Amino acid sequence: MPNQSTGTEAVLDLPGLQALVDALAATHTVIGPQVSDGAIVLGPLARVDQLPVGMGDDQDAGSYRLRERTDRAVFGYAASAVPAKRWVFPPREPMSRTHDDGTTVSVEPVLARPQRPVALFGVRSCDLAALAVHDRALLARPVPDPWYAQRRAGLFIVVAACTTPARSCFCVSMGTGPAPGAGFDLSLTELVEGEHRFLVTSGSPAGEQLLARLPTRAADTVDRSAADAALRQAAESMTRAMPTDGLAALLLGQPEHPAWAEVAQRCLACGNCTLACPTCFCTSIVETAELGSPVSERARVWDSCFTADFSHMHGGSVRTGISARYRQWMTHKLGAWVEQFGVSGCVGCGRCITWCPVGIDITEQARALARPAGQEPRERKP
Amino acid sequence: MVDHRASLAVFKLASCDGCQLTLLNCEDELLAVAGKVRIAYFPEATRGVLRGPYDVALVEGSVTTPADAERIGEIRAQSRTLVSIGACATSGGIQALRNVGDVEEFRSIVYAHPGYIATLAHSTPVAQHVAVDFELRGCPVDKGQLLELLTSLLAGRHPRISTASVCVECKLRGTVCLPVSRGVACLGPVTQSGCSGLCPAYGRGCYGCFGPVPGANLASLAHQLAVLGLRPEDITRLLRTVNTAAPEFAAESARQEMMSR
Ligand code: SF4
Ligand code: SF4
Ligand code: SF4
Ligand code: SF4
Repeated sequence: MPNQSTGTEAVLDLPGLQALVDALAATHTVIGPQVSDGAIVLGPLARVDQLPVGMGDDQDAGSYRLRERTDRAVFGYAASAVPAKRWVFPPREPMSRTHDDGTTVSVEPVLARPQRPVALFGVRSCDLAALAVHDRALLARPVPDPWYAQRRAGLFIVVAACTTPARSCFCVSMGTGPAPGAGFDLSLTELVEGEHRFLVTSGSPAGEQLLARLPTRAADTVDRSAADAALRQAAESMTRAMPTDGLAALLLGQPEHPAWAEVAQRCLACGNCTLACPTCFCTSIVETAELGSPVSERARVWDSCFTADFSHMHGGSVRTGISARYRQWMTHKLGAWVEQFGVSGCVGCGRCITWCPVGIDITEQARALARPAGQEPRERKP
Repeated sequence: MVDHRASLAVFKLASCDGCQLTLLNCEDELLAVAGKVRIAYFPEATRGVLRGPYDVALVEGSVTTPADAERIGEIRAQSRTLVSIGACATSGGIQALRNVGDVEEFRSIVYAHPGYIATLAHSTPVAQHVAVDFELRGCPVDKGQLLELLTSLLAGRHPRISTASVCVECKLRGTVCLPVSRGVACLGPVTQSGCSGLCPAYGRGCYGCFGPVPGANLASLAHQLAVLGLRPEDITRLLRTVNTAAPEFAAESARQEMMSR
C-alpha cells in the first residue's frame, strides 16, 4: 500500500533521527517506544538508543514475547503494550474541586494543563487511527471534551509506518494500516536494507517546518520504492482479518446468538481488552474527600463495561452475566460505535487479542456470529 | 458536654491484627478520624473502654471457636453498623485451611496439651453468623479503602469500593501483564481490586488477597493456568491461601484437588 500522504519527502539517517528527537524535546515532552518489563511500552524518550534497537515482538492471542531481530531496526515491532491514549486520555483526570466551608459550597473546575505539550514519537498507524476515532468521539460533538481537547491541541505526532506486523494485527482489514493515513505531523518509514535510514514525510505545516530544520537528504526513487515494498510486504504478511462485511448488523441483530454464551464460558470479565484498547473511553466519576477536610475532588477514572459496577443502577447491575458484558463490548466497539460516531471503534491494533489473559480473539468472535445459530458448537480453545 | 460524635468499636476474632494495624497506620488521617468519631473500644490502640451500643463496629478475624461464635452475636447486638474487615472476617482467612484439613490432627501436632483447646472444625466468615452491613476485603485491608469506608459511613452514604478485577488496576497503573508477557500465574483476572495492583507491579502474580470478583469465572482461569503449565495440585495451592474458603475459590480448588488425585 503506497504512502497516502503527499507532503514533502526526505531521508534521515540515525543521527538525523536523534536530531528529530532533540528538536521535539526543545518544546515537547517526547513519548516513544522502549522496552520495559518484557514488553515494548511508550514512555519518555530522550535518545534514539532508548528505542527498542534490534527488538521485535511475537504477539498472538493471550501471548506477548520480545524477540531479537537479526537487524538493528528501531521500529521493528507492532502495537506497543501501552497505547498512546494514556497521554491524551489519562487513567485519572481531575475534573473539579469542591470547597465546603460550612456555609457556602463552591465548585472550581480543574483543567490540568500539562506542563509541556506531548510529542508522540514512533507510534503506529493504528495509534494514529485510534486518535482520529477519539477525535470523533470526544471532540466532534456539541460540547467537546475540554480535558481531551486541551491535551490533544498541542500534540505533535511522529508516526512510524508498520513494516513488521504481529500475528495479532488486522489493520489491513480495518483500513487503518500498515501505512499511516492522515493526521500525522511527520511519518517515518524505516529502511534497514543497505544503509539504515528513514523515509520521512511531512503531513502538516508544523511537520513541514520541523522537517526543514533537520539534517536530511533528498529522497530518491530507490528510497521510495524500498518504502513502498516494505509496506506492501507488511500488508501481505498480515494473517488476521476482521470479517467486516455486514458485521454491525450481525452484532446488533443477534442478541441471543449462542456465540455470546460460548464466549462467556471463557471470558473472565477482567476488562483487560477494553483498557488495552486505544479507543475505549469509558470512565467513572469518582469523588474523593478526606475526612475532616473541607475540600473534595472529582476525577474521572478509566472504567470498563466488563465490571459489575459499570452498569450498576438503582436495584443493581444491569449486565449481571459475563455474556451480556462481552456482548456490550463487542456490539459497541464494532456495531453501535458506527451509528454513534460514523466510524468503527476498532482500528485493528490487536491489543485486545494479545492482552486477553485467556486469548479471546475478537475477529474469531465476529466469525462465530456469522455462523448461523445452532451450527457446530466450536471447540473450546485456550 | 454531650459527645455527639459517632462511636467506633474495633473487635478482633481469629486474626493476625494486620487489618487493625492498617487503621493504626493511617497516622496522618487518624487524627481526623479521631476528631470525627469517639473511639469507644479499640484495645489495640487505647485502654479506655466505653460500653456499647456502638454506632460503627469494625470486626477483624474469623470465627474459629465456640466462644467467638457466641461473641459475634453479642457484638452484632451492640452495633448499629457492623463491617467485617479483611480476608479472615470476610471469607475465613488463611486459617480456613483447616476447612480442607483435619483439625484434630493439627491440634495434636501443634499444642502440647491439645485437651485445653476448644476449636471448631471450620473457620468461617462473620457473615455466616450474623448480618453484616458491609464487607471490606483484603489481606490486609487497604488503607485508602478503609478511610473511604469510614468517611462514607460518617457521611451516611454507601462506600465507594470497586468490585472490578485487579487487572483494571494493572492497566490504570500501566503494568505489563505478567501471564501474557512472561507466562506467570496470576489470579488477578478473578480477584477483586483494592491493592492498586501491587504484586504484578513488582513482577509477582496476584495471590488473590481481595477475594473473588462477583461472578468470578474460575473454571476458565484454571484452564488457562493449566495452559501456562500449572498442574492441578499447583492450582489447588494457588487458590488455597488467605481466601481458601471464599466460595468460588473453594469450589475450584476442590475440583482441582479431585483432578490431581
Ligand atoms: S477492539 Fe481490539 S483490535 Fe480493535 S482497536 Fe480495540 S484493542 Fe485494537
Ligand atoms: S466497549 Fe465498553 S469500555 Fe469500550 S467504549 Fe464501549 S462501553 Fe466503553
Ligand atoms: S475478553 Fe479477555 S480481556 Fe476481555 S474481559 Fe474477557 S477475558 Fe478479559
Ligand atoms: S498481571 Fe495479573 S492482574 Fe495484572 S493485568 Fe495481568 S492478569 Fe491481570
